[in-house]
Amino acid sequence: MAVQQLSGEALAEKVSAGVPDSLDLAIDNPAENVLWVKPSRVADVASFLKTDAGLDFNFLNSITAIDYINHFEVVYHLTSLDKQHTAIIKTRLDGREELSLPSVYHLWRGADFQEREIWDLMGVSFPGHPNLKRIMLWEGFEGHPLRKDYL
Amino acid sequence: MKATHLGRTTYSSQLVAESFLAMPIQTEPMTVNIGPQHPSTHGVFRLRVTFDGEEILEVEPIFGYLHRGTEKLAEERNYTQIVTLTDRLDYVSSMINNQAYCLAVEELLCVEVPQRAKYLRTLTAELQRVASHLMGIGFFLQDLGTLGTPLMYAFRSREKILDLFEMLCGARITLSYMRPGGVFFDAPDDFWPALDQFLRDFDTEFKELEQLILENEIVMVRTRGVSVLPLELAINASVSGPVLRASGCDWDWRKKAPYDAYDRMEFDVPTATGGDNYDRFWVRIQEIHQSIRMVRQCIQQIEPGPTRADVPLILRPKPGTEAYGRVEASKGELAFYVVSDGGISPYRMKVRSPSLMNLTVTEHLLVGWKLADMIVTLGSLDINLGEVDR
Repeated sequence: MAVQQLSGEALAEKVSAGVPDSLDLAIDNPAENVLWVKPSRVADVASFLKTDAGLDFNFLNSITAIDYINHFEVVYHLTSLDKQHTAIIKTRLDGREELSLPSVYHLWRGADFQEREIWDLMGVSFPGHPNLKRIMLWEGFEGHPLRKDYL
Repeated sequence: MKATHLGRTTYSSQLVAESFLAMPIQTEPMTVNIGPQHPSTHGVFRLRVTFDGEEILEVEPIFGYLHRGTEKLAEERNYTQIVTLTDRLDYVSSMINNQAYCLAVEELLCVEVPQRAKYLRTLTAELQRVASHLMGIGFFLQDLGTLGTPLMYAFRSREKILDLFEMLCGARITLSYMRPGGVFFDAPDDFWPALDQFLRDFDTEFKELEQLILENEIVMVRTRGVSVLPLELAINASVSGPVLRASGCDWDWRKKAPYDAYDRMEFDVPTATGGDNYDRFWVRIQEIHQSIRMVRQCIQQIEPGPTRADVPLILRPKPGTEAYGRVEASKGELAFYVVSDGGISPYRMKVRSPSLMNLTVTEHLLVGWKLADMIVTLGSLDINLGEVDR
């Protein structure tokens, strides 16, 4: 049986029932398989996605940040190994300075290096991460090189 | 004389022994820096390890020594040029890297790849998996202290695979054989007899290697039950590939979300339940058998036809589109997340590297074990620093 990609609508229905007032509805969304979440509620939604019996997302594939000059997007790719489905969760951070997003380290250990990498290269910090320091570059390096204004 | 002499010496040595035993042994934790030059010949990886005698108390993996900023470079190259960057990620399995990237770009462009190209990709990716696993096994045994013999056996077969790749694209390591839309060239006529010859030789060669190592008592004693990775932690820490399968989960993207010609391949997903160093090593050996099985099926099923879809040299996906192209690479789940803004190069390209994610469990695997097991455990993870640091 092939793995199924859950649609944004189906996810939104379940998540809005489980974690009220957590979805970011203001964003006009062209992609139909994405669930938009408010940045402050990311950890709550992630916890719901992981523990809900019907969703059961036990595997975190990747976390990515994208720099859109005026705002940043952070993208989570999740998979449920038991239910055999995947989902894409996105969140939008406005501005360029002092960006932060709740860490999901306590839910998935796999977030450890990826959150450190995003902090290192993109400059989005993750409060709640136990060891948030640079990973590819050395301590004392100035700037975050994957940002669009770095070079 | 004898009695008194012996009696006296016995008495005094006993006294010495007793006084030593009564003394508490003072040990001091010692922090040692391992690397960054080739801790297990897998690349420039550094570990800061705190030992108590020979026992590991704390581990901190430190990487970035091979960080070349591939993701940043990709923002400055066009879609076709990036294929060469992907070669240099996991440089012992470039075919599979090419494949993952091309799948992502094809998803962006909504291009359908011709059948023959799909088969050529599957075939070369499986040959590459054999080459990568042979290297993984060879160095794992080298780390155990076998000093060369199994490594040379493994490299003997790997060299022949590289020769085959040379026939296909002229390169042996950094292949760049695949392109968005298919493969660069069709296989030359003399490739197929050479492939048949390789498969014939490989059967006997690999059997020799297996006889040497698989039931080997020293290998068993050194690796059974060492550095056990429980399944729950493996899943929680995003571990994938042979390392995950050795812990008891049969997750394989070739089965779960078939790409290229994998939906027409018959193969099993080998799993083990122990999650120790031996199981990780064993799973790789079984995967080699499955890969060879798939290569044979590709040879039977492949039909003449075009090898590349009609795509322009300069690709421009629609603005705002994104794709997550993932494959089951030799190390685990390899994915390229590509976001387009309508330009000739990606707006953002993220590489989800299996080696980096598999390293998340380093601390759990090493703490409590001895120095001599450390390098072996790293070998059993089969990481590639080109991919960890990117």
